[in-house]
Amino acid sequence: MKEQTATQTAPSATTTERMSGAEAIIKCFLAEGVDTVFGYPGGAIMPLYDKFYGYQDQLKHILTRHEQGATHAAQGYARISNKVGVAIATSGPGATNLITGLADAMIDSTPLICVTGQVGSHLLGTDAFQETDIVGISTPVTKWNTQITKAADIPTVFAKAFYIAQSGRPGPVLIDITKDAQFEEFDFAYAKCNSIRSYVPVPETTQGSIEAAAKAINEAKKPLIVWGQGVVLGEAEEELLAVIEKGGIPAAWTILGASAVPTSHELNVGMVGMHGNYAPNLLTNECDVLIAIGMRFDDRVTGDLSRYAKQAKIIHFEIDPAEVSKNVHADIPVLGDSKKTLAALLPLLEEKTYPEWRQQFADLYQVELDKVINDDMNPKTEGLTMAEVIQQINKKSASKAAIVTDVGQHQMVACRYADFKQTRSNITSGGLGTMGFALPAAIGAKMAAPDRQVVAVIGDGGYQMTIQELGTIFQTKVPVKIVVLNNEYLGMVRQWQQLFFDKRYASTEMINPDFIKIAEGYNIKAKLVTDRKDLASAVEEMMKCDEAYFLEVRVEKEGNVFPMIPTGAAVSEIRLE
Amino acid sequence: MENKEQLYTVSIYTENNIGLLNRISAIFQRRHINIESINTSASEIEDVSRWTILVKMTEVQIKKIIGQIEKQVEVIKAFYHTEDETIYQESCLFKIKSDLLFEERQIQNIIKDSNARIVTVNKEYFVLEKSGRRSEVDLLYRELSAFGILQFNRSGRIAVTKDAMEITKMLAALNS
Repeated sequence: MKEQTATQTAPSATTTERMSGAEAIIKCFLAEGVDTVFGYPGGAIMPLYDKFYGYQDQLKHILTRHEQGATHAAQGYARISNKVGVAIATSGPGATNLITGLADAMIDSTPLICVTGQVGSHLLGTDAFQETDIVGISTPVTKWNTQITKAADIPTVFAKAFYIAQSGRPGPVLIDITKDAQFEEFDFAYAKCNSIRSYVPVPETTQGSIEAAAKAINEAKKPLIVWGQGVVLGEAEEELLAVIEKGGIPAAWTILGASAVPTSHELNVGMVGMHGNYAPNLLTNECDVLIAIGMRFDDRVTGDLSRYAKQAKIIHFEIDPAEVSKNVHADIPVLGDSKKTLAALLPLLEEKTYPEWRQQFADLYQVELDKVINDDMNPKTEGLTMAEVIQQINKKSASKAAIVTDVGQHQMVACRYADFKQTRSNITSGGLGTMGFALPAAIGAKMAAPDRQVVAVIGDGGYQMTIQELGTIFQTKVPVKIVVLNNEYLGMVRQWQQLFFDKRYASTEMINPDFIKIAEGYNIKAKLVTDRKDLASAVEEMMKCDEAYFLEVRVEKEGNVFPMIPTGAAVSEIRLE
Repeated sequence: MENKEQLYTVSIYTENNIGLLNRISAIFQRRHINIESINTSASEIEDVSRWTILVKMTEVQIKKIIGQIEKQVEVIKAFYHTEDETIYQESCLFKIKSDLLFEERQIQNIIKDSNARIVTVNKEYFVLEKSGRRSEVDLLYRELSAFGILQFNRSGRIAVTKDAMEITKMLAALNS
């Protein structure tokens, strides 16, 4: 590659040490505070793996059973810890297997470094064995990527990669490194990167925008906050809570914003979006000022854009200028880091309460409670509901568990009914909606936060997409809890088929294997619940177990998730049944 | 904001690094926007490349595209301009049989009137170079094609803006 442009500050490390490129990569990881990496070896990355062997006391390598599992594990690690997750793969198929995880991390702004081995530089472009243009392939799904062909470039590139991955709006970075560069010896010295000429990670905040936002909020009669993951990534939870409480403003969250403010807080009015809560969706089209904080107006949140909050003045607190007015026009954009912008907003806010406006939320919550929530949580039907399983997890974990979900009905139910008390408790595949995410992500999360209870809640479909990671659990003995909500369907697709395709259940029914036997085959404790009377005790047994545990709950086959905003409908057209 | 499609010239200042063409072109590709022409070369600033991309779209679209381009780590700054805001040129080469140059008086007039320049002449062919607006190049092409053109090649648009671009000042601030 071309020599990196002036990107680093003066080197802090002036001493050099002669070593191979492979060893230098490990030194870079250690210099950046990495303690765990996830990966899968292969020919082109063997020099690096050989060096791992000598650093086992400083750097733990977790052998996943598939490279996709390595990326999701690294994502789980990053999401719960706010550190960079690292995944490693060999060239060719190893590298291409990372793509789903990279795409997921890209859309959900997860800081990730993926290192891929590459064929020797003399073979580049020759269609050599296990050669793929992984830099070309991964370009659309990385915040930055590059290829190293000379060992001497390793320190600069890795320093730059770590800086890019975790600064500003975080994201995944891929570094492809040829096998000869891993063998090549050079004089290693490392200096962390803290600026790049062409890169502005956090845009400048103008005082005028803060003042304009404060004025609009203070003048509002019906303000509504919608926060997203930007609050979590910016570690602005305290500032957000202070703004909500001082301003007395009802506040709703997007799926990736979940847990930044405790679920039970009186001003937390629930989740927005397709399967969010009734009140915040409906009242989005009634508020007079909509304060969006660290969220990007995803189409799953807005429904029909032409009928989304048209009556409201939109204030958008955002770190990524490209997101401002991309989907929804921002009347008052407030660029910058949410921790700082919210802190600057706070003293300008007037103390308010809005009793009538809040009563509207309470009244609509009552409607949702009567029509949906009560039936979900205390069903009168014989079949178990997903919601009552989540309720038991809340109870038996004292609402302290981090819940890791895949995508689908179980994900929506888990996010709707989880009683989050602590931030970074919701780890889910948001923007990409990746089946297979939860099991490996839970492994990574538990490794990053061994003191926390980590419960993967997964559907029977998604579970089978990365079920091989049970092998990783077996080998590492990571005490992760796995709850499969088995309805023997690809439930969300089936729900759509029921509602919009005349109940033509094309290819959504699943004939599943004996999940208990499979778990036991990996020496993981397992239990099956088919009857409501056994649920509470089974969840309790799982939570008390100090080892990994697999719980399969057979839930009603054709249960649906409501409320629901049908595709193309306005948020205020949310259906309760 | 203008919601009518028109030609925009996009100017991008970037680091001169491998792989950036892929990233920039993908931004247009994702939104299904055809690039009319693209040119990248050294700029007035050392080690900084300047890209000139010609696209047809609405102002609403181009603003969003500029945001996506600037988001790329190695992009320093991106701008968009309307036709009125730039001074632009294209360059082209025509390869034509030498006999025509001597036998067709009309060709000599065309060369003279169009301000085209003869780059080289030998027994078999001569090469004409013309720089100008796309319409001028098009006109010359039409006129010469009546006689037969052996080869034709034109460059992408290159442009400078009438107003100053604050890029140099911005870079100085970044480097300080």
